[in-house]
Amino acid sequence: MSTEARAGHFPAVDWEGGAFPYRVGHRKLGMWLFIVSDSLTFSALLIGYSYLRASNVWPTPFPFYPSIVFSSVMTFCLLSSSLTMVFGVSASSKGDKAKARKWILATIFFGVAFIVLHLIEWNHLIHEGLRPFYLPEHWVQAFTTTDGVPPSPLFGATFFAITGLHMFHVATGAVYLLVVAARVNKLKHEDIEISGLYWHFVDLVWMFVFPLIYIMSVDVGHHAGL
Amino acid sequence: MTAHAHVEEHFAGSNKLFISIWGWLVALTLIEIFLAYKPMPIHLMLIVLLGLSIIKAALIVAYFMHLKFERLSLILTIVPMLVVCIMLLFVFFPDSFRSAGLRYKFKENPPVAPAPVEEP
Repeated sequence: MSTEARAGHFPAVDWEGGAFPYRVGHRKLGMWLFIVSDSLTFSALLIGYSYLRASNVWPTPFPFYPSIVFSSVMTFCLLSSSLTMVFGVSASSKGDKAKARKWILATIFFGVAFIVLHLIEWNHLIHEGLRPFYLPEHWVQAFTTTDGVPPSPLFGATFFAITGLHMFHVATGAVYLLVVAARVNKLKHEDIEISGLYWHFVDLVWMFVFPLIYIMSVDVGHHAGL
Repeated sequence: MTAHAHVEEHFAGSNKLFISIWGWLVALTLIEIFLAYKPMPIHLMLIVLLGLSIIKAALIVAYFMHLKFERLSLILTIVPMLVVCIMLLFVFFPDSFRSAGLRYKFKENPPVAPAPVEEP
């Protein structure tokens, strides 16, 4: 049989692409593309932060309590919220909308807990004197090198910008999930799955913010220069 | 049966699987916190932490975001372009070492300029 003769049925049957080349709806594909672009936003911010850090004397001021304890509990909250979200999507796929709503509300609870803990943690640092373009005076003294080079005041700018943008994502995610929970019976399963995608993405970003911002800035006593 | 025109409703993966993924994520986080207090060179620390983060991100994307169970065409559309774009963002990075060299030149000649100059 010639290729032309088979052309009538070839594309849809063998490729199985047809109208759904990715086998996902256009909304879900849209959310994936948004997630890719937002990943690049956070990548650019984190690489910019690393750039500044590598080219400056950088303070490593975070004590075990409150900074590391708070950020670890916050990480636990976000990881658990991802688990409850995936339970919600799983329940929704079985058609159990009431159960899906309960799990989504649990997800919102963990998300709000994250924001509250993060604001308390911000408050500690602001009280200590950290500002976007100033370091607390005792940090400057502690982290000035033996050559007399003071630490970069941009620590606050990178810290507040990156954690602030992430917190904004958590907050919008909580509002988004609240709308989904309220309308759960009217929404299709795929719409609930899409809201889950966004929420897991917020969790995923924190998996990079937490080690790069918090773990890499732990005060371990010996103050290295660059 | 119009399988090719049907959007998959089934959500693969049991709750047991998701709990074990969550357990792995928590365990890897605890390792990160432990490493924070292990004295080691900053470059090694960065590599280990980023390695752990990439594993955690892959677990979240594959299982929680369900990408492992999606079509290969979707995975190939999303993942490689993201990796390439992030690699391209690093193009500027070597300049940070250069600017550090410019800014702190006196490090090579330590006794030249102590910062607080006091007039007697």
